[in-house]
Amino acid sequence: MQEVFIVADKTIDARGSFCPGPMMELIRAVKAAAVGETIAVLSTDSGSKRDIPLWAQKAGQEFVGITPCDGYDEVVVKKIK
Amino acid sequence: MSQKERMSMIVFSGTVDKLLPVGILAAGAVAMGQEVQIFLTMWGIMALKKGALNSLPMSKEFEHMGPMMMQIMQEKKVPSWLDTLRTAKELGDVKVYACGMTMDLFGLKLEDLEDVVDGIAGVGEFIDYAKEGKITLFV
Repeated sequence: MQEVFIVADKTIDARGSFCPGPMMELIRAVKAAAVGETIAVLSTDSGSKRDIPLWAQKAGQEFVGITPCDGYDEVVVKKIK
Repeated sequence: MSQKERMSMIVFSGTVDKLLPVGILAAGAVAMGQEVQIFLTMWGIMALKKGALNSLPMSKEFEHMGPMMMQIMQEKKVPSWLDTLRTAKELGDVKVYACGMTMDLFGLKLEDLEDVVDGIAGVGEFIDYAKEGKITLFV
C-alpha cells in the first residue's frame, strides 16, 4: 500500500463511524464532488482500507492511496468521471 | 438482457442483532454496484411497523448479551439498522417489499410500515427477481 502526501480538495472525518459508514460517507461526497477533485476520508474502521479501493475499482473512480496515521487511516480517492 | 448485478434478501427475523447486518449488507452491496431487493416476511415486517424500531428484541439465544450490546452501540454511536438501510437507499437502488401474505395475516396496510418499505409483493415476484441474482440471503 503506497503512502500518499497530497492535500485533498475535501476531507471527511468519519473517525468513530463503523463499517460501512466511512465508505458510505465517501461515496456521498464523491457523488457531490466535481470531476477532478480528490476526496479524503479519515477512518478508524478496519474494513475501510479494504473496501474503499474495491469500491473505487467497481465505481470506475481513481483510488489514490492510503496513509496510515496515528490510530486511523486517511484514504484518498479522486473523482475521474 | 443486460442488467446490474443484484442481491436479494429474505428478511424473516425481527430481532435487532439480525437486522443490523441486513442494513450493513444492503449498504455494502450498493457500494459494490449491486442493486438490492429486500423481501420482508413475518417478523421482518413486524420490525418495520412504525414505532417498532426502539423496542426491537434480541435473538433468544443471545438475549443475555442484549444489555451489553445495546450499551456498546449507544456509546459508540452505531447507527440503527433502519438508518443504515436509509443510507443504502439514498446511495443506490434498494427496494424493500413486504410479503402480501404476512400483511393479510396481521391485517396490516402499507401505511402502517416505515417509509423505507416501497410496496407489497408476492412471493412469485420475489423469486422472479431473485432468480437473476448471484447472491440471495435468508436472514
